[in-house]
Amino acid sequence: MGLFILRRLGVMLLTALCLTFIVFWLTNLYPNLEKLAKNQGNFRMSDEDVASFLDDRGYLQPLPVKFGQWLGVMPGWVTEGEDPADTFGRCFLAGTPEEDRPTRCGVLQGDWGFSTVFKNEVGATVLTRLALTGKLMLCVLLLMVPSALIIGVLAGMREGSKLDRSLSTFSIATTATPEYVSGVIFIALLASSKFGVSPWLADMGWIDGKTLFLGSASSAMENATFWNFFLPVLTISLYGMGYIARMTRASMTEVMTAQYIRTARLKGVKFSDIVMKHALRNALIAPFTVIMLQIPWLLNGVVIVETLFSYKGFGWLLVQAAANNDIELLLAVSVISVIVVLVTQLISDIGYVYLNPRIRIS
Amino acid sequence: MEPLTWTGSLSGLNYIFTVALILLAVSIVVQIALSFVPSGTTRAIHSDGTMASDSGAQGFVGMITSYLFYAVIALVAVYLVGGVLMGTGAGILGGMSRQMVPVWIALIVTFAVSITYKRKLGLYGKLFDSTVGMIGFALVMFWVFTGIMAGVFDMLTTHDTLSQVSGMKNKLPGTPMRSPDEGEYQWYLLGGDNLARDVFSRLLKGAWVVVQIAPLATLFAFMVGITLGLPAGYYGGRLDTFLSFLANLILAFPVILLFYLLVTPEIVQTGIPNYMAAFLFVFPLIFIGILLNSRYYTQPSFRTPLLIVVLGALGWLYLSLISTKGNIVDAGSYQIPGLPGFLDGFDIDPSILVVFVSVVFVNSPTVFRIVRGLALDIKTRDYVAAAQTRGEGPWYIMLWEILPNARGPLIVDFCLRIGYTTILLGTLGFFGLGLESESPDWGTTINTGRQLIRAYVHPLIPPALALLTLVLGLNLLADGLREESLRD
Repeated sequence: MGLFILRRLGVMLLTALCLTFIVFWLTNLYPNLEKLAKNQGNFRMSDEDVASFLDDRGYLQPLPVKFGQWLGVMPGWVTEGEDPADTFGRCFLAGTPEEDRPTRCGVLQGDWGFSTVFKNEVGATVLTRLALTGKLMLCVLLLMVPSALIIGVLAGMREGSKLDRSLSTFSIATTATPEYVSGVIFIALLASSKFGVSPWLADMGWIDGKTLFLGSASSAMENATFWNFFLPVLTISLYGMGYIARMTRASMTEVMTAQYIRTARLKGVKFSDIVMKHALRNALIAPFTVIMLQIPWLLNGVVIVETLFSYKGFGWLLVQAAANNDIELLLAVSVISVIVVLVTQLISDIGYVYLNPRIRIS
Repeated sequence: MEPLTWTGSLSGLNYIFTVALILLAVSIVVQIALSFVPSGTTRAIHSDGTMASDSGAQGFVGMITSYLFYAVIALVAVYLVGGVLMGTGAGILGGMSRQMVPVWIALIVTFAVSITYKRKLGLYGKLFDSTVGMIGFALVMFWVFTGIMAGVFDMLTTHDTLSQVSGMKNKLPGTPMRSPDEGEYQWYLLGGDNLARDVFSRLLKGAWVVVQIAPLATLFAFMVGITLGLPAGYYGGRLDTFLSFLANLILAFPVILLFYLLVTPEIVQTGIPNYMAAFLFVFPLIFIGILLNSRYYTQPSFRTPLLIVVLGALGWLYLSLISTKGNIVDAGSYQIPGLPGFLDGFDIDPSILVVFVSVVFVNSPTVFRIVRGLALDIKTRDYVAAAQTRGEGPWYIMLWEILPNARGPLIVDFCLRIGYTTILLGTLGFFGLGLESESPDWGTTINTGRQLIRAYVHPLIPPALALLTLVLGLNLLADGLREESLRD
């Protein structure tokens, strides 16, 4: 087991390295750098100005060198000024005395660089945004997992019954509704002051404000309430819910046809006891894996929903970083998403072994 | 002129329709609630020795539910047929129904022909035995016919998708035009968007973008996935480790980050999409070449001309596809020459190409994993061992023994994946990546509409519902196919 985890960690590290290198390469292509320079400087820079701007800031070094500097295994670039006090580099600003200048600064030294969009340390920026998205994800999981499991178990309990058909149709419908469609429909129906149920409810005097729910979640960043936070959470949950429910249903139907369930029924055990005591534990092994593997997929939903509901979390950060070619921020964002993907895979593998005694890793 | 209402002179039916819908919902809930209670049926033995049993409360409710369901369907049909007959006299729905007459005809013909000959049509025919599959197929074919008729033949639409008409900005559905020209359609059936363009026509034109790209991109992804997944599963070893690592690498990327990195004007300038196109589009060629070669290599006199003709035609298609204006890659500072202009059959718009390539790129690792898993499973079967004993080559076994036996799950996944590709195309549009901002496709329309979502929802809801119904149709179709293919 220890060897297995070690090997998986090794693969993880390699994947993260390859992936960041690809992101690094794509963001460091010259047209992208040109865009960056024009965003930072001004839009009417001539080609020579762009080149000298990029050269001063170390962007025109060979790609492996730059990547090494970002990692912190190569000494950072230094641009000599005419006056020694004007000298600045990757690791220090102009005016830093010579003895205070570190040679290397990169991920290995714990320095994630400087965001060109937010004019702030990448590490701090990412952490604040990540905390906000963590809040969103927690709510999503709290809503999505129990309801998906309940739907799946109820549907799989009696295969082919009316309940099964209705719930299965519901789960298919949710998997067919991407977040940007359900989000738009929810806002139109529940959070628009001119359309849907809100004007009607307001006329009847059943709701205090103008709308039943708030269509923008920006106020939920400080103070999340049911009113301003439920719609984004529901939107993300619905898309993932259908898939988990279908997997749970498949696993439940399989368990319900097993020999030991038939034996229990023949012995006259109550149906509710069969479901709760005999079937449920075995039926929940497979959904555990699915839920873990679903978490990286939720990241896509988070990006869409945070954009749609203007909730400034990690997904919003990704969009901002990518749209402005903020290289170091984008690298940190992709490192974190890769870690999320790979760690959830690892947990799902290890958890599967613990839950299912029939499987052993050699 | 008066603005149109939704149902016009058929509005008397609205009450009946609402009541029927509510009753249907109630009866479904009752039916579900009853299924928790054990049913007690009463049996009666008649004097002639036969026995009869009533179906109990559950059967009664079930009967009511199915009648209500048919009633709702019949009412919808009345709205549509009424619309076809009365046009805008039956309101907005009537007007739309009249515009869609060619689609209705095509749908009816497809269903009539398919149901008549369903026993001779294999798996496709069996689809018409399952209600779910038929509903899904109808939804999908509705959008396919709409897309083809609106996009290729320029039928169905009422207005030009780009022309802006003064006074129609953000107007509600059914608004009449201020001063329509002679012979011009007099209403904006689904209203105008924030640039005063007709929402209805844009919706129909947008269907063509999806119907055109999604199946084709999925097909290419399948070619890539199959060509790489079969050897990975069959040979295993180093090749498998390497290819699986690459697939996992691409899958570890968040899709949206990948799109933001690949689908930007800056990346198009560097020519990377063209390199990727040149790489990804070669797989169908390899696939078909190996497929035919492995089958006929024992008959060289037949194989050689066949391969020359097929690969020649495909090669021309390939070169036409990847070269634009005589160059394969035109990165400004350097060019890689391709097919000269006079031989070039068609040019692909660079913005469509980059969208297409990135969607194929995102989808193929998943297909690879599925095919690899299936190959791993099937290669242990007896018929594969028999073929190995016969001395068949590895590619023959992969493509003519393993692949046909994996077709069931692959066809089902193909349907699901077209749906997923549609969602991805919508995502691209939603973030304003790739296609131009005036493109009528559904994702882009949702993106432009969402800025004004609190004030005007009518330009947003039609594309959202269109995307929903198309993907739902594909999922139901896949479900029906899965059920029917498991039945043998």
